[in-house]
Amino acid sequence: MAAARVLEADDVGRVIGRIAHEILEKSRGSSGVILLGIPTRGVPLARRIADRMASIEGHPVPVGSLDVTMYRDDIGLRGPRPLSATDIPAEGIDDAIVVLVDDVLFSGRTIRAALDAVNDIGRPRAVRLAVLVDRGHRELPIRADHVGKNLPTSLAESVQVHLVETDGVDEVLLGSRDAS
Amino acid sequence: MKHLLSAADLDREEALTLLDTAEELASVTDRAVKKLPTLRGRTVANLFFEDSTRTRLSFEAAAKRLSADVITFTAKGSSVSKGETLKDTALTLEAMGAQVIVLRHHASGAAQRLAESGWIGASVINAGDGTHEHPTQALLDAYTLRQHLRGGSGDLQGLRVVIVGDILHSRVARSNVALLTTLGARVTLVAPPTLVPVGVESWNCDVTFDFDDSLSDADAVMMLRVQSERMNAAYFPSAHEYSRRYGLDSMRAAQLPDHAVVLHPGPMNRGMEITAEVADGPRALIVDQVANGVSVRMAVLYQVLSSEEGAA
Repeated sequence: MAAARVLEADDVGRVIGRIAHEILEKSRGSSGVILLGIPTRGVPLARRIADRMASIEGHPVPVGSLDVTMYRDDIGLRGPRPLSATDIPAEGIDDAIVVLVDDVLFSGRTIRAALDAVNDIGRPRAVRLAVLVDRGHRELPIRADHVGKNLPTSLAESVQVHLVETDGVDEVLLGSRDAS
Repeated sequence: MKHLLSAADLDREEALTLLDTAEELASVTDRAVKKLPTLRGRTVANLFFEDSTRTRLSFEAAAKRLSADVITFTAKGSSVSKGETLKDTALTLEAMGAQVIVLRHHASGAAQRLAESGWIGASVINAGDGTHEHPTQALLDAYTLRQHLRGGSGDLQGLRVVIVGDILHSRVARSNVALLTTLGARVTLVAPPTLVPVGVESWNCDVTFDFDDSLSDADAVMMLRVQSERMNAAYFPSAHEYSRRYGLDSMRAAQLPDHAVVLHPGPMNRGMEITAEVADGPRALIVDQVANGVSVRMAVLYQVLSSEEGAA
């Protein structure tokens, strides 16, 4: 079975725009807001949301990346994973509003690891979560503040986010697990 | 990667993965909380039958930064003096819950024996076995060279590294020849004929007896300690003659290209293989090597312990 395209390139752009507006609305402007993308695809997403926020507000929004590999709860179960870069904006995250950005929210375990990683880096005023797709099936009490698209799925399905920066094209695909 | 026994076992991909992992882990040192929870609940046993400052402390620091528990065993003051064997000592450590044994032993091949004999199920990391190998030293040397001469990424393609001194007794040289050539560097060994091992022609490197000849096109010079504790014969006429022909002094350092760096695995015999002036000079990366050793060993412990169950 071929994967169905549930978000086209235009949709991805519109969704990113809406998330940028939502973040600005909720934090009453971009002052004190830092976006941290979770590798791999959360990083370009965070960068795009930050760019959009900057063009609305007229000044740059700090953006970085947060690798959560060393904080995962499945170390030793899945073999070693390669590490990605953690890059925290120079001003640090103390007292800031940190918005974690990821592509797909699924079990919530990655976000749990990210919250622990944030905790070791500083003490933000608040931590929020923005995701492009929420596919459900949470295994932990975690929810997103800003959701691009709610996508009810079954566990047999797979959700793949493709972005221009990493895959050459913007799209979200819904397929079956064994086909992916 | 279940064990790390020899630098020669690492292919280019594995070596680069370790170096890249170390590169990311190094940033933990700059944070307020210098600890990652990754290996919480795991136990690392340092099993040291031979004296060591840097390697033991470095493995201990690396394990603690990853939140592992550390048990340290040193042969001095233990039941080894009552005749307890390597096997029984290792079984004891495993019974206390060690999942990784970091072994330094005076016998070449001890780490391999421990890993492959079926005595224990724990992973084994070779922290120096006799005159055979010292893979984590080679990894930290490669890391240091890459950091200073290659901007901290990629391999060491085309880099010219000169390793000078007591090649015969040096596990550091043996591991470095294997790893640096895997990463694309060209290695030249420099030593008096008495300190060149038999069979060196099968190693993937050049050998010369003349230090001055190899200075002008070296990107890095690695000085080795003269291991008098392993010498049971006269390998050279006098310490003075040795340091005159094979020591790195400021005259020789001045003949190196401007970008060239100087490494030494430590401990140094100042005045013997390297003068204090060079050891404390701007080219010397000896302190960087120690700092990098912790990051590299964190990467090794992570790779070994995170594949422990997954690869089974």
